[in-house]
Amino acid sequence: MDFNDTPEQAAYRAEVRAWLGANAEPRKDRPSVSRRLDAEEGLALAKAWQARKADAGYACRHWPVAHGGQGRPMIETIIYDQEEANFDVPTGFFSIGLGMCGPVMAQYATQEQQARFIPPLMRGEEVWCQLFSEPAAGSDVAGLRTRCHRDGDDWVVNGQKVWTSGAHYSDWGILVARHDSSLPKHKGLTFFFIDMKSPGIDIKPIKQINGGSNFNEVFFTNVRVPDSQRLGAIGEGWQVAITTLMNERLAVGDAPPPDFREVMKLAAACELDGRSALEDSSVREKIADWYVESMGMKHTKARTMTALSQGKVPGPENSIGKVVSASKLQNVSSFGADLMDMGGVITDPSLMPSDALFQQSFLYSPGLRIAGGTDEILRNIIAERVLGLPGEIRVDRDVPYSDIPTGS
Amino acid sequence: MNFDFSDAQKALKQQTRGFLRAACDTTVPRRVLEDPDEPFARDLWQQICANESPGIAIPEEYGGIGFGYLELCVVAEELGRAIAPVPFSSSVYLATEAVLLAGSENQKQELLPRLAGGEQVGTFALSEGPGQATEANLQTTLKDGRLSGTKVPVPDGDIADFCIVVARDGGGTSLALVDLDGDGVARESVDTLDPSRSHARITFDSAEAELLGESGQGWTLKDRVFDRAAVLFSMEQLGGADACLQMAIGYAKGRYAFGRPIGSFQAIKHKLADMYIKNELARANCYYGAWALSTDAPELQVAAAAARVAATQAFHFASKENIQTHGGIGFTWESDCHLYYRRSKLLALSIGSERVWKDRLISGLERQEAA
Repeated sequence: MDFNDTPEQAAYRAEVRAWLGANAEPRKDRPSVSRRLDAEEGLALAKAWQARKADAGYACRHWPVAHGGQGRPMIETIIYDQEEANFDVPTGFFSIGLGMCGPVMAQYATQEQQARFIPPLMRGEEVWCQLFSEPAAGSDVAGLRTRCHRDGDDWVVNGQKVWTSGAHYSDWGILVARHDSSLPKHKGLTFFFIDMKSPGIDIKPIKQINGGSNFNEVFFTNVRVPDSQRLGAIGEGWQVAITTLMNERLAVGDAPPPDFREVMKLAAACELDGRSALEDSSVREKIADWYVESMGMKHTKARTMTALSQGKVPGPENSIGKVVSASKLQNVSSFGADLMDMGGVITDPSLMPSDALFQQSFLYSPGLRIAGGTDEILRNIIAERVLGLPGEIRVDRDVPYSDIPTGS
Repeated sequence: MNFDFSDAQKALKQQTRGFLRAACDTTVPRRVLEDPDEPFARDLWQQICANESPGIAIPEEYGGIGFGYLELCVVAEELGRAIAPVPFSSSVYLATEAVLLAGSENQKQELLPRLAGGEQVGTFALSEGPGQATEANLQTTLKDGRLSGTKVPVPDGDIADFCIVVARDGGGTSLALVDLDGDGVARESVDTLDPSRSHARITFDSAEAELLGESGQGWTLKDRVFDRAAVLFSMEQLGGADACLQMAIGYAKGRYAFGRPIGSFQAIKHKLADMYIKNELARANCYYGAWALSTDAPELQVAAAAARVAATQAFHFASKENIQTHGGIGFTWESDCHLYYRRSKLLALSIGSERVWKDRLISGLERQEAA
């Protein structure tokens, strides 16, 4: 048992570190470059950075050479990501494309389409989004209502998608729609990739409870999609979507700060009952709980990395990550505000410790418990796929979609 | 990065699991639990000693087999899974570690071979009754080589051959090594939450004792022994927590209510998923603790405390929710659920409560921060 790189990995890490050192600024204790810019400027910077990475051979290194990768082991991508995290570089615009859309194109698109779409996706020249969720289809995404029907060589799409990250700056999207309502819900779905600039697509940002707008509603009115852009067979949309969602769970990263470190720093600076809050045993107990959760996840990742590094398939232990980190973020944020007592309600960054990070994440964190699989759905997945418990009794599985009660 | 046990360590784990499955199914802890005249499973302890397990981490020069702590950790996890009713933790995690850490060369030469072979059982006494023992409130006193005072509960204190006692010594605290069969030692069994592991109240009345380690260093030595023991106790707790999860999964799949397996209800699924989550967090922290113990890393204090806290939480949660998953049958004496529930609380308090370990964790972090 050790935490050292193999000589080969250490050499690669040194190479990556040197390249990053020559091409980017180390991360400092201030908002990162992409946070200080508006979306348009941020996107332009991110595209430039992704292209630079790709030119140097560090983008999607584990992807096949034919798709613009280097065909290298996954561990090299992980090492690159670990090192890049220490630098202030604009990222995040491509995570859906690289994590979900690229892999699904690689699996289901034709050779010509792969050659046309994957390299620009990988280089950040074209941005992709994912169009699955709908107002009436969240956890139950297979219950989606967006319709598509065949018209000559095209399909015509009508309906509404929601929670689409980056729809407004995306060039392409992956979409699942219902082609036949007389079939049971999982069997009547078909999967496409579509041009986000197509006529009939209308994109509206959603204002979240934290005031930000990271997501959109996307409306489809008689949007035409060539049949050549269908991925998988007609009626195979659910299987294709499931493949994509599996990739999403790998693509969803860590929760952002604050974590135990930030609470500890805050507690050391706050007064409670006339002494440092960090001397208070109830404060210490809470920090200890969060430390244990954080380290539990960190070391769980180390177990996953070990498996990857030995060329093995990681075990199911990684499935706990988001369930733990999202709730922790919410609890840490709330507790941080509590430590500031009556002043903890203030959100003006100029008045607040850590520029009101705790207050911001208090409002942001509820979303993390829902995005990419709710706490409840993830627990179902752990129970069924990891622990082998029996599946839900599904009253809507074998009946025509059109006969399923909707409550409206 | 190689954050995993080696193939040989995994083989040892499988071998230990197989041995304990045959030699220590739940009828064994139940037998000890129910029979007041059987303080521990002698037959099982003899087999464990014949396997040389108590000497796994003891160097060969002291009669051990000189493997390392990672090997001891995998054995500990399996003993925890089997809720084995033997004095392994007292003799190996506590007494052996104390002698290795603080003993003079003579004491090591004399005691370690006996501990390694299981000819002698050692134990460690800190608590003097309900309430947290602190350096300031210790009543047991060492003076001119004589020990006086009362320790309770002392794990395996009724059957151990010798005990390492934390005692007031002039202005400070020392560790005193006492022969429990000597004059001036009176011991009686005390009832505890988990009678499958016996405990005693020991009264010392000018009992002959010798120093273990330097005079006045007792409290620091105790902390260091407990840090090391904490990793090993955590591995036992982890094994116990996993056993509870497996037991609950088995029951949830087989028990039908409302026309379907209760494991198909989300209320049960989510409960078991939460058990799994806590167990995995504990496992990761325990493995890190195992690494820190095996390399004597500077991170040991924090790593051991994190393992201890995570494993205590995991076993507590798994053992209580295992009963809940079983429903009424889980509350009966005949069900095995309570064997784990009892053991989880016993282990949770063995070397200090969760609260104490959380405080030690934060103290360690503060020290790291200051460095």
